[in-house]
Amino acid sequence: MKTNDVILQTGTKVVFFIIFLFSIHIFFAGHFAPGGGFVGGLLTTAAIVLLLLAFDLKTVQKALPFNFMIVVAVGLLLALGTAAGSILFDVPFFTHAYDDFNLPLFGVSSLHTAMIFDAGVYLVVVGSTITMIQTIGGDS
Amino acid sequence: MINLLLLPIILPFFFAIILLFFKENVRVQRTLTLIGLAISFTFSLVLMAKVKADGVQTLTLGSWPAPFGITMVSDMVSVLLVTTSILITFFIVMYSFEAIGKERERFYYYPAVLFMLTGVNGAFTTGDIFNMFVFFEVFLMASYVLIVLGGEKKQLRESIKYILVNVISSALFVVAIALLYSVIGTLNMADISVKIAEVGQPGIITVIAILFLLVFGIKGAIFPLYFWLPGSYSAPPIPVLALFGALLTKIGVYAITRTYTLFFIHNMPVTHELLLVLSILTIVAGCIGALAYFDLKHIMIYNIIIAVGVILFGVAQMNDAGMTGAMFYLIHDMIIKGALFLLIGIIIAITGTSNLRKMGGLMKTNAPLGWMYLIAAFGLAGIPPLSGFTGKLLIVKGAFEAGNVWGSVFILASSLIVLLSVIRIFIYAFWGEPVELPTTKRRSYRIMIVPAALLVVISIAYGVGTEWIVPYMTDASDVLLKPSIYIDAVLKE
Repeated sequence: MKTNDVILQTGTKVVFFIIFLFSIHIFFAGHFAPGGGFVGGLLTTAAIVLLLLAFDLKTVQKALPFNFMIVVAVGLLLALGTAAGSILFDVPFFTHAYDDFNLPLFGVSSLHTAMIFDAGVYLVVVGSTITMIQTIGGDS
Repeated sequence: MINLLLLPIILPFFFAIILLFFKENVRVQRTLTLIGLAISFTFSLVLMAKVKADGVQTLTLGSWPAPFGITMVSDMVSVLLVTTSILITFFIVMYSFEAIGKERERFYYYPAVLFMLTGVNGAFTTGDIFNMFVFFEVFLMASYVLIVLGGEKKQLRESIKYILVNVISSALFVVAIALLYSVIGTLNMADISVKIAEVGQPGIITVIAILFLLVFGIKGAIFPLYFWLPGSYSAPPIPVLALFGALLTKIGVYAITRTYTLFFIHNMPVTHELLLVLSILTIVAGCIGALAYFDLKHIMIYNIIIAVGVILFGVAQMNDAGMTGAMFYLIHDMIIKGALFLLIGIIIAITGTSNLRKMGGLMKTNAPLGWMYLIAAFGLAGIPPLSGFTGKLLIVKGAFEAGNVWGSVFILASSLIVLLSVIRIFIYAFWGEPVELPTTKRRSYRIMIVPAALLVVISIAYGVGTEWIVPYMTDASDVLLKPSIYIDAVLKE
């Protein structure tokens, strides 16, 4: 008899977006509530791993055509760049800056450079975990 | 430019990240690595001049006040070590172009070297004990990559041993920091020193001191804890071995020196006496190993252990001459170990074996290599105009002043054994009847001999120019012997 994953694959298509949105929520909540770049990145990885379970390696690589080592490098650059930006203003390394901005749709929001650093952490976590899983799972 | 003291850490890190984008392009990787190291070296020289002129440089990250943020401290000790590390890495990278092979170069070899240098420089510069743990992990992770890169059977076996030992010692490091934090309640090294002085080092702090000696002793290979080193270091290819031999154990030595001069100075009859005994035993164990082997790599590896013992013996004296001598010997040993590993790498490349019994008569075919090796060997043993002399002289002087006559006898006797072990390589490899050599390319020989020769020249200059170097070394030993200089610089009220 032919096996058929239709329920798993259909379910995954919906659940993937729920997990992904939750990971983005966790990422943005990090400053005032539990969460941040690390767990956010791990949750995004979990969503991608679910895709890997339901489909196969090739399909997922086609859907997300990134070289995840480059994602790691971009994340590191982002983190280092945020910290090193302070060198330009001649204040100690890692000094962050923040201000209130009046954004459309969101209203007055306080934006902090620590978030850019966190985005770097997020990219490094996603990139390195997916690289690990792809290298162990693949048979190149 | 208040961030100057961070540049020797940030720049290698930045270039390592950039190299991740050019995985396949070996030529770009080589050029960028050399450029990155040259720029870092320039800035570390500028920093050294600044430290010499203005005293200890400190910076607390993120503009937080001193004991609450992570403080980076660049005193003469750390800036000397940082500069030497970058210099040695520069020459080893140059040597790697020929010696490491395209396969490894295409698999993140240069980024791993630069990440390791980031960790090494960070560990030398940090002023926060937990941050030191993090930088230890940074260079250890990179060294795991370097030791296993290539995937030969021997490398795989020895890397498991190496990783196991280091994971255990890192866990002990965390436990030791946790214990210290629960007693003292701070992680800033200057602040820890102040708080320990306030409570006058009760028994539990002495226990923590021994725990730290255990942790850093595993990293730095002191007497009963050096068991992992000979096997693990003989596995990776020569440039990696040179990098490890010149830099990694010295971080353990630096960490012992820093903690035993800054924190645990109120119960010296226990802590420093133990350090003294262990350092002498380390020297004895290293000497036995250096004489026992007929393998080039193993003889040099046991010489690393001897040097660790000699430096720590100097530190354990806790007087001016001993400490200055230890600093002199530390920098000398990094340079000369780099040079010697590169030279024996060339010998192994020419003869195709590391077994001394299968070599002979290289003087007839490769005379310049022979003379260079002889100079480096004399430098290692400490023959007067060369680099090992001043350090050992001052260490022995310090030991006599402190009344450790027997200890200094061991140091002097160990010099003879060091000389015997390295001259034996010279006699077996360079004298005697020429054996048949496998054909090697002259071009690769020429590329490999240049960085080795430059390191030998630097070590000669270091020995001959002692007069110019003395003020720097005195500054370094002053900071180590008078913790108040360090504390005032960090916690300026």
